Amino acid sequence: MGLTVAFWALAVVAVLSALGVVLLRNVFRAALSLILCFLTVAGIYVTLSADFLAAIQILVYVGAISVLIILAIMMTRDVHRGSPANRLQIPALVVAVLFLEVLVLAVINTPWQISNTPALTPTTAPLAIKLFGEGGFILPVEIAAVLLLSAIVGAIVLAREK
Amino acid sequence: MSLGLEHYLVLSAVLFSIGLYGALAKRNAVIILMCIELMLVAVNITLIAFSRYIVPAELTGQIFAIFVIVVAAAEAAVGLAIILAIYRNRQDIDVTKINLMKW
Repeated sequence: MGLTVAFWALAVVAVLSALGVVLLRNVFRAALSLILCFLTVAGIYVTLSADFLAAIQILVYVGAISVLIILAIMMTRDVHRGSPANRLQIPALVVAVLFLEVLVLAVINTPWQISNTPALTPTTAPLAIKLFGEGGFILPVEIAAVLLLSAIVGAIVLAREK
Repeated sequence: MSLGLEHYLVLSAVLFSIGLYGALAKRNAVIILMCIELMLVAVNITLIAFSRYIVPAELTGQIFAIFVIVVAAAEAAVGLAIILAIYRNRQDIDVTKINLMKW
């Protein structure tokens, strides 16, 4: 019961703040709305008993990516035209609504095979065993490390003053 | 009414569609990147909901979500660096005017 109330409260705030991202005219306020959306999504991860991912969501999205976005907004603040729409606004709206309709219909009409096993909590140790253990995901972890290194080097090269 | 998989899937579909609309209809490049982040977060909700409701003992969806977060962080860093480079060269981040490679 408490879980249901928490889900609905978080879901309403998440959808409203996501609408704020696309509807607010001020770019900085849109960024703050996006941060609120990230926070509520971390709460939704908690209702799915994904505690480790909720912490990661707050650290990476609320902590790092939002700082990057706000930094980019401040570096480009001479562009004083807010957040205007281009001339594809109506087609984009139609495409988004149609896509949402298709997704919702597919979700409702699919017979999901729900498992009755209780959720695994806490998830940190099982996730570490999955990622680093025998027959796990160690190769993708190493590829992710290489990807992050190349992204850091690429971002420095692109953003550096000549 | 108890909470089911469909609730989470519909929520993530709504968030993804909002992000899709923003990414298609906006002119400010920073707003477009923000909407792409929103879409990636919606995908993460889907992955974790599947992990919780279909295979609760396996955690595979949560592993995938971790890799999505890694790629999203790399994408945000490189994307914002590209936006800064474009802004430095052209004093504008309106994506309808950045058409140097259009023919």
